[in-house]
Amino acid sequence: MEKEDMKFQEIFSQYNGEREELIPILQDTQAIYGYLPEQAMRAIARFMRIPQSQVYGVATFFGQFYFSRRGKHAIKVCLGTACHVKGAGRLMEAFEREMGIGCGCITDDYSFSLERVNCVGACAIAPVVMVGEDVYGHVESKRVKEVLDIYAKDS
Amino acid sequence: MRKTLEPLRQEAISNWQKLQNFDKPIIMVGAATCGRASGALDVMHAIGDKLKELDIEAIVRQVGCVGMCHSEVLVDIIKPGRPRITYANITPDLSKELVEDYLVHENAREDLAICVSDDTPEDDLQVRVVMRNCGHIDPNSITDYLAQDGYMGLAKALEMTPQEIIDEVKESGLRGRGGGGFPAGRKWESCLRVDADQKYVICNADEGDPGAFMDRSVLEGDPHSVIEGMAIAGYAIGATKGILYVRAEYPLAIRQLKIAIEQAKERNLLGKNILGSGFDFELDIFQGAGAFVCGESTALVLSIEGRRGMPKPLPRPRTSEEGLWGKPTLLNNVKTFACVAQIIHRGTDWFKSIGTENCPGTAVFALTGKINKSGLIEVPMGIQLEKIINDIGGGVAGGRAFKAVQTGGPSGGCLPPEMLNLPVDFDSLTAAGSMMGSGGMVVMDDTTCMVDVARYFLEFSLEESCGQCTPCRAGTEQMLTILNDISQGKGREGDIDLLVEMGEAIIDGSICGLGQSAPNPVLSTIRYFREEYEAHIRNKECPAKACKELITYTIDAEKCSACGRCLKACPSEAITGAKKTPHAIDAEKCDKCGICFTECPDRFAAIQITTGRTENSN
Ligand SMILES: Cc1cc2nc3c(=O)[nH]c(=O)nc-3n(C[C@H](O)[C@H](O)[C@H](O)COP(=O)(O)O)c2cc1C
Ligand code: SF4
Ligand code: SF4
Ligand code: FES
Repeated sequence: MEKEDMKFQEIFSQYNGEREELIPILQDTQAIYGYLPEQAMRAIARFMRIPQSQVYGVATFFGQFYFSRRGKHAIKVCLGTACHVKGAGRLMEAFEREMGIGCGCITDDYSFSLERVNCVGACAIAPVVMVGEDVYGHVESKRVKEVLDIYAKDS
Repeated sequence: MRKTLEPLRQEAISNWQKLQNFDKPIIMVGAATCGRASGALDVMHAIGDKLKELDIEAIVRQVGCVGMCHSEVLVDIIKPGRPRITYANITPDLSKELVEDYLVHENAREDLAICVSDDTPEDDLQVRVVMRNCGHIDPNSITDYLAQDGYMGLAKALEMTPQEIIDEVKESGLRGRGGGGFPAGRKWESCLRVDADQKYVICNADEGDPGAFMDRSVLEGDPHSVIEGMAIAGYAIGATKGILYVRAEYPLAIRQLKIAIEQAKERNLLGKNILGSGFDFELDIFQGAGAFVCGESTALVLSIEGRRGMPKPLPRPRTSEEGLWGKPTLLNNVKTFACVAQIIHRGTDWFKSIGTENCPGTAVFALTGKINKSGLIEVPMGIQLEKIINDIGGGVAGGRAFKAVQTGGPSGGCLPPEMLNLPVDFDSLTAAGSMMGSGGMVVMDDTTCMVDVARYFLEFSLEESCGQCTPCRAGTEQMLTILNDISQGKGREGDIDLLVEMGEAIIDGSICGLGQSAPNPVLSTIRYFREEYEAHIRNKECPAKACKELITYTIDAEKCSACGRCLKACPSEAITGAKKTPHAIDAEKCDKCGICFTECPDRFAAIQITTGRTENSN
């Protein structure tokens, strides 16, 4: 817990606690933990001298923030327009089937999470799937297992 | 100020020329997001390894996206004294072959080359204004930009009065590239008119349209062009602070921008007393946190202030008069700023010579979907839709029939084949029931269902609605329920008229552009593809064979060669059969995933999809 506090302090030391710093602070916190832990939300409210409800109010408004732990490998299926037109909906279903979890969920062992994104800027090779920072193009349903296997080794 | 810039410029030009006349080969790899997604970084490594192995001296440079995303990875090679050759679809292995064949054995590998020239490849229907440097220069090198007349516009602007600059921008006819097409000069003037101790310039790089990536490519490929435009705007309206509002999902663009800002500061092109003019301008990056509605100006401003991004209620002050921290704030799109520097440098006559009278300049589109050559394109305003799709895009992929093209993303609409001769500009597209929008252009063929497309966009708008207007929050949900029913064969007579009525009410009753345009994809598809809605409702038929609930997969026993591929691939174990026994699908078990359809070899094409009451009334 003390160690955790240290991490928060490190983030806070770069800020003055002004209201406009709230979103950048949330972003920095998520960059460390992969999500926004409850403790962090409390610490942020204290640091900024605003009610926790306001911190949550802002954080929940934006799609970027998560409130629970993410999987080690985040599988992001692009459901942007170009990918949708090329069958990304079915691809998502194939991932759900193969991983045994729904979109927005995490596997029990925290090794994978499954999410949707909108357009990653690679529409020319739609449908597109991102795993962490890696981008896979022309992912047909039958390649789902192949993509997952690459990361399964490392989890 | 142009004098102060001159030494920097001369140095940059001489560097550039040295590079062009270099006595060693130069190899350029397109490494924007699209290139990286296709393996550009692996190709770069492979090239580096091969050069080392062969002990060849050469320069390997990273460049942005030229727009030919369909042929990534793109590699350009300039051998000393030879024209530049562009190679397409390069893999790490091919790149090694290429290096050895061309650099050692003089074999230019024409089989891999797509064009040989010094200027932009592809076709001459395209005109590069916003994207003029993308793919040509190294975005991490300010000297590359300076050598292309970079910062000449700023230097010239600093010798003019703010009013003179604004008059030029007005005279150029430049309209905002963020979608609405509002005259840029008029917006700038209203910012200038307000007296305030502090003003702000904000660049909208939130790019929320779920099928668009033009702004990202400009930021990744030529960040200085946007920075220069923002500095000019700052000087023109009297702002000393600028903010680039960039989606957090664009890490590469953000990295590239940070480097560019530092480089500009080092050379006194940003910061205090720019080029000795007495003008100060600072630039920060704010990372948008993933809310489409924050593209709207008042919501965007609130989110920078650390609040929920809810558009301000009507009547609301104009952002140009009362924006960030209540101060006059100029908000323009990435491409709008990228145009400005060149308008000042090259003059309004040049700009007006491109495009149409009411919409001068170019339009940048992310051309995607069922098209042969998908990628980024830049065309003069007023070009016919048909030219974009057939001449530039190479027509519909797989030789299928063109059905519709969608522009404007969730705010826009779908246009049918009859509209292919439409000139592409802000006003014509709006009149046709679509929108220019920020520049997504998605081509659809006869396998795309229009009800499904409308449903897709409406679902997006509903998810992104901030919820404060009841018509936008609850109305779109109701419309979505009806559309879901229609696509599941539960549509009723009268549904179409109800959708139109509700759509119109939502447009009237919403306070921001999101709600005011959310029904457009539905209304435009009803306008042009009404019979497709009717087929879903009356015949329980999806003509495009896309809506899951309305289709059935079967195997044509006569065509089936009992190869067993589909049986192995079916995740639902719905297929039965044996060697030499034609296979069959158990409709009860079939999940309609479509895998068998792609698995069945083309030479058999035994899997059939049927739809409609008559065909599958079993
Ligand atoms: C819901 C909504 C989303 C928007 N998204 C964007 C966007 O992603 N990028 C953008 O430049 N403008 C967007 N706009 C338009 C902006 O509010 C604003 O008009 C524009 O940035 C002004 O720049 P321009 O005059 O250069 O076009 C959006 C508007 C609305 C209502
Ligand atoms: S129209 Fe929709 S998104 Fe816009 S303010 Fe109203 S509820 Fe929010
Ligand atoms: S559509 Fe999918 S579930 Fe149905 S038979 Fe084919 S492979 Fe099996
Ligand atoms: S829509 Fe998926 S990458 Fe653009």
